Amino acid sequence: MAWAAAWVIAIPCVAGALAFALRGALRGLFIALGVAGATAAAAALVVFVARDGARDLALGGWLAPLGIRLRADGLSAFFIALQAGVGAIVSGYAAGYFAGDREGKAFWPLWLTLWAGLCGLYLTGDLFNAYVALELIGVTAVGLVAASGGAALVAGLRYLIVTLTGSLLYLAGVALVYAEIGAVDMEAAAQGLGPSPVAHVALALMAAGLLLKTAVFPMHFWLPPAHANAAAPASAILSGLVIKGSFYLLVRIWNDVFSAHADDMLAELMGVLGVAAVIWGSAQAIVAARVKMLVAYSTVAQVGYLLMAFPLGGDAWPGAMYFAAAHGLAKAAMFAVAGAIARELGHDDIAKLGGAAGTLPAGFFAFALAGVSLIGLPPSGGFLGKWLLLSAAADHDHMLYLAAIPAGTLMAAGYVFRVIAPALAELRRAPRPSPWRLWREAPPLVLALAALALGFSLSPALVLLSRGAPFGGGG
Amino acid sequence: MTWHALLPLFVIASSLVPGIVIFTLGEDRQRLRTALNLGAAVGKVGLVAFMVYGVAHGVSYEARLPLTSDLDLVLRADPLGVLFVSLSSVLWLLTTVFAIGYLEPYRNKRRFFGHFSLCVSATVAIALAGNPLTFLFAYELLTLSTYPLVVHRGDAAAIRVGRVYLAYTLTGGAGLLVGTVLLYTLAGPIDYAPGGALQIPGDAGDTALWLLFFWLIASLGVKTALVPLHRWLPDAMVAPTPVSALLHAVAVVKAGAFGIVRVVYEVYGIAGANELGLLAPLSVVASVTIVYGSLRALRQRDLKRRLAYSTVSQVSYIVLGAAIFGPLATLGGVVHIVHQGIMKITLFFCAGAFSETLGIHRVDEMDGIGRRMPLTMVAFTVAAIGMIGLPPTAGFISKWYLGLGAVSDGQGWVLAVLLASTLLNAAYFLPLIRAGWFGQRRSPWPRDERRGRFEGDSWLIAPALVTALLTLLAGVLAAGPVSVQQWAEVIVGQEYVPASPR
Repeated sequence: MAWAAAWVIAIPCVAGALAFALRGALRGLFIALGVAGATAAAAALVVFVARDGARDLALGGWLAPLGIRLRADGLSAFFIALQAGVGAIVSGYAAGYFAGDREGKAFWPLWLTLWAGLCGLYLTGDLFNAYVALELIGVTAVGLVAASGGAALVAGLRYLIVTLTGSLLYLAGVALVYAEIGAVDMEAAAQGLGPSPVAHVALALMAAGLLLKTAVFPMHFWLPPAHANAAAPASAILSGLVIKGSFYLLVRIWNDVFSAHADDMLAELMGVLGVAAVIWGSAQAIVAARVKMLVAYSTVAQVGYLLMAFPLGGDAWPGAMYFAAAHGLAKAAMFAVAGAIARELGHDDIAKLGGAAGTLPAGFFAFALAGVSLIGLPPSGGFLGKWLLLSAAADHDHMLYLAAIPAGTLMAAGYVFRVIAPALAELRRAPRPSPWRLWREAPPLVLALAALALGFSLSPALVLLSRGAPFGGGG
Repeated sequence: MTWHALLPLFVIASSLVPGIVIFTLGEDRQRLRTALNLGAAVGKVGLVAFMVYGVAHGVSYEARLPLTSDLDLVLRADPLGVLFVSLSSVLWLLTTVFAIGYLEPYRNKRRFFGHFSLCVSATVAIALAGNPLTFLFAYELLTLSTYPLVVHRGDAAAIRVGRVYLAYTLTGGAGLLVGTVLLYTLAGPIDYAPGGALQIPGDAGDTALWLLFFWLIASLGVKTALVPLHRWLPDAMVAPTPVSALLHAVAVVKAGAFGIVRVVYEVYGIAGANELGLLAPLSVVASVTIVYGSLRALRQRDLKRRLAYSTVSQVSYIVLGAAIFGPLATLGGVVHIVHQGIMKITLFFCAGAFSETLGIHRVDEMDGIGRRMPLTMVAFTVAAIGMIGLPPTAGFISKWYLGLGAVSDGQGWVLAVLLASTLLNAAYFLPLIRAGWFGQRRSPWPRDERRGRFEGDSWLIAPALVTALLTLLAGVLAAGPVSVQQWAEVIVGQEYVPASPR
């Protein structure tokens, strides 16, 4: 199992380096091998964790505080499964999207390094190594945005400043922890941090940095331009996967490091920010002029649901994780379709979508299916995630969330159908369907169908998530 | 998993799989698509017939998929569900025949028939849902799969109406989601059970249960088109007529009413609902809807809109039956699930045949139509008489038991509602019948085309004749050995047996 964990990080890392160094057919071969290998290693790791439970892994035999400590519990495995699943399918899409395109040159090394960074973040048991992973993720993600040039360059620079600020805030928190107890290992920190104000300040700093990176309202301003102007495969990765990284770390330190310091007021504050994000992000999506902008603002809204787990606790934790997975799949599908729309029609203006479903029937079908999960209608992972959140809210009589979640559902329906409805309009002259292209039609359909399939597979996911009891309690 | 567990899945798959296959076929594969549609519809009727036979002989068919340690998705063939499944599968077959004829000159048939099949699959899942969570799954699927059918014409009006439809039904769906979560929070994960799944009193405070009941009814009431939540239904008339027919008789509106019946009988239990004082307010809502719908129908000049308001009124008979305590009223309400379906679908088939053959859309254009299309007009007349509730039609049976039930429960005022509704129904249907048979045609028909071997396209006329015949048979043979009423009596028998402890 230790080897599987190391491979999960090492394979995409090496493949990224090769994608940078090599040219021609050999490069393509190693990229394909890298994606396949990283996915296989992730699958193996998930199976190990599901079967054997959580494990501490000391690379090279050195234990903390000297060695690099990796640890894989259910939460890590869950996010690695999401990373590998969405990552592999988006890679297939990207291969077609960037075929014969200069932009693709920068894409592959950045994307594979980003993959390694995310997996490193999910597996590390050390606050400082998590910082290193965060920086790696941030820099490569900015690169993915900026590679498109033009408006994306401006958005990318803004993104760079934001992500560096977020990392710095986080690092300041880590420094405080180190000053207090002389260690940055998560387990050591959890045991060593007494009820001191320093711990509270450290948590506040780290949370602020991570919320900024997760684009939580009102710190979301950087996300829509960055995600909407990047190339479609990059947008899919950024919205579907990258923001999950900082969210994961926040969940991790909240439950594993600062469980004694995470007070109710901070939790309530995050929940209220979540509600505000749902309302504000959805409202912006409802008035957005472009499909990609709409999908990007929808990310701002969907992140809001994830934050509701902090005040709700209990079943809301696995609910939010499940919701995050469903969002990753559905959002990647939507950006992939948005990319196809922009390529095929030459624009992605919502006002000019009339009858577009005739041009891209499979694409709009996939968009609608992804929309089902995004809105939170059954059968989908989005629905079950919301069900668990609502159940937790009902258990504790949290009227705010009991009202906000269905309200967000309706608003999501509002913006999803803004794209679907005009596309179904009848034109006087029926548009010719654009020729079927496997790379373009299959990935979003598979992603969207996977988001719907999550509507039937909660049980194994809950078992996996309970390995190592990442949210406290039994399991 | 034995085949007893597989049968409910097969019944759903028998329309779901052909639907998916239809999406993958090219637009021009007309023959194959028609064969698939008809084959699937006939196959489903066969499977359902087998299921009815099994259930009648005490076999239980149940498929269960655990979602978590205590949440399950359940499909189960109980008598109430089987009643609804039978109605849907038979009417789906007839509507498919009608739709094949109706859509002949139009485009986008692949999209239409694909979603049409999905819509029926969702309806069947609603009927077989064994607990509120499964019901919610299927209910939302129905909302979504019906949307492309409602906007099928694709013009500005259709898109606008689609927005209204979604605004109403998704709001109802969000309400139902919250209601179901609250129900599970109050009572734990429950399965539908004859006599009621809740322990009343016991599971929770009376006030909470009272509030939750009306929250659920209001959420389901959107699709049921209870006044004042009915506005979307008359608007949805821009949909092609086969869609309206399915919407009014089987799918959307009926699914809402069926949900209310489930909540009253199998969640709260009729005795529990009576004890909590839930029935009186519900009967008032149903009565208001019955009278208001009829009043509005009277003022509509568009034939389909008149039929739509008539649906608003008629579907609430089912709710009224559920809102009166006593086996007779229950019987009236439950048989009306089927009776309203076959009568209303006949009227829509006829309206569609009129509009496609002669271009007739308005009620004041119907003068003399009976001489040009006598068979269709006969079917229309039979169904209209059924709606008014005269013997020997199916509608009479429903009203008879509703009236008897109301009197035996000491609620004489309901008779006044039934009488008013009968008079109003007569007031908006009899003039049409009179104009159709005896009116003098002064101008030529707006158009006159698609003459088939007889008065019009036989794909359009034959389904109407079959359902009109069913309307008569359901009335005449109600007391016979194999009839809707017999089956409904089995259901009633279950609901009034004191609930056994879980």
